[in-house]
Amino acid sequence: MNRNSNSYTVLYAAIMVILVAAVLASVSIALRPAQKRNFDVEKKQNILASVNIESTPANAEQLYSEKIVNEYVVNLKGEIVEGENAFTTDLKVQRSKKPEERLLPVFECQVEGSLKYIFPLYGTGLWGPIWGFVALNDDMNTIYGANFDHQSETPGLGAEISTQIFEAPFIGKKIFDESGNLVSITVVKVGQEAPEQHKVDGISGGTITSKGLEKMLLDDFTSYLEFLKKKKY
Amino acid sequence: MSEALFSKKNLKLLSDPLGGSNPITVQVLGVCSALAVTAQLKPAIVMSISVTVVVAAANVIISLLRNTIPNRIRIIVQLVIIAALVILVDQVLKAFVYDVSKQLSVFVGLIITNCILMGRLEAFALGNRPWQSFLDGIGNGAGYGIILIIIGTVRELFGSGSILGFRIIPDSWYIANGGFYANNGMMLLPPMALILVGIIIWIQRSMNKKLIEN
Repeated sequence: MNRNSNSYTVLYAAIMVILVAAVLASVSIALRPAQKRNFDVEKKQNILASVNIESTPANAEQLYSEKIVNEYVVNLKGEIVEGENAFTTDLKVQRSKKPEERLLPVFECQVEGSLKYIFPLYGTGLWGPIWGFVALNDDMNTIYGANFDHQSETPGLGAEISTQIFEAPFIGKKIFDESGNLVSITVVKVGQEAPEQHKVDGISGGTITSKGLEKMLLDDFTSYLEFLKKKKY
Repeated sequence: MSEALFSKKNLKLLSDPLGGSNPITVQVLGVCSALAVTAQLKPAIVMSISVTVVVAAANVIISLLRNTIPNRIRIIVQLVIIAALVILVDQVLKAFVYDVSKQLSVFVGLIITNCILMGRLEAFALGNRPWQSFLDGIGNGAGYGIILIIIGTVRELFGSGSILGFRIIPDSWYIANGGFYANNGMMLLPPMALILVGIIIWIQRSMNKKLIEN
């Protein structure tokens, strides 16, 4: 057979890609359960990290079931939606819905004798999605802890949002101003001004990621606004 | 097969890349990932194993196909095989060693662009039998791995004071605890890895005169 003919080349390429696609698809299906378990454990670790509890993959499940006392889903009006699972609610899917149809998960955590409310957030960085969990004290105003993560931000720049250095300053900041308006948290550059209790320092070289995170905080707390108000008064 | 599986010639395929034709220090392939994943020893080891598996498997597959591959699309065929193998490795890491997979993150994908793979496929597997190609793949993977492990050990020891996460340098030595010692932060950054690669090349060349150009 002439190995340099056009038909041989095209046929060869076609058969090769079909075979490769079949192999990859079957492996992906076979390994999905094991991968999903890992993703779930990581999510639990992230939720725990937002209330400043350190965990390892080995003890995350147990700590999670001890500390997270309640989880439920609310809607834009702040009413609890029955029959939904907060943990498995996919924020990416919710984001594509109209605001009034979105399901908003809330986790309650018992730490040091008081109740903390954990809110999952989802937004866009520079290269891809960013997400995180922010825990509020039961005054529904003061941040108790924050944990952020990202899919593909630049290491050393935008990816720094998932480090302690960036996350720790969120603790103790307030999302409402004195007259009760939601102002969220501003992520500032050097030289920019914002009220001390509403700002954290941004990342040099990671401005777009920092601004994306700021927008994520404001957008998502706005979605939870009614719920926050209900719990507060 | 006309010659023994582990004939002298075949064993040379395994041992040469460890020294005289080392992929990193002599062929200068795969340097990028050698800088990126060696801040700690564990990802360096995992990366070495992954590259070895991928290059050996890709070598065998390409060698088996070598008489069927249309010459005009041979690079594409090589890339498809490598990419498929890398995705398999990535999926397996995600399923069974998730924390390592997180640390390697984009670097697993970068195996695809690791020049060692394309280099060995073009230079060796296209013209040799599967068994020889397999040995060549294992040899080159190991030659890559040995350098990664040396650099990873030095960087983790002097950068973090530990090896594989176990503390080697006693806590009481540190300045914070009243001692005299501090970790070298430079060790954690890629430039130091490049300097270490340079030092290894220097030592190797001074010991092996054959490698010195005129």
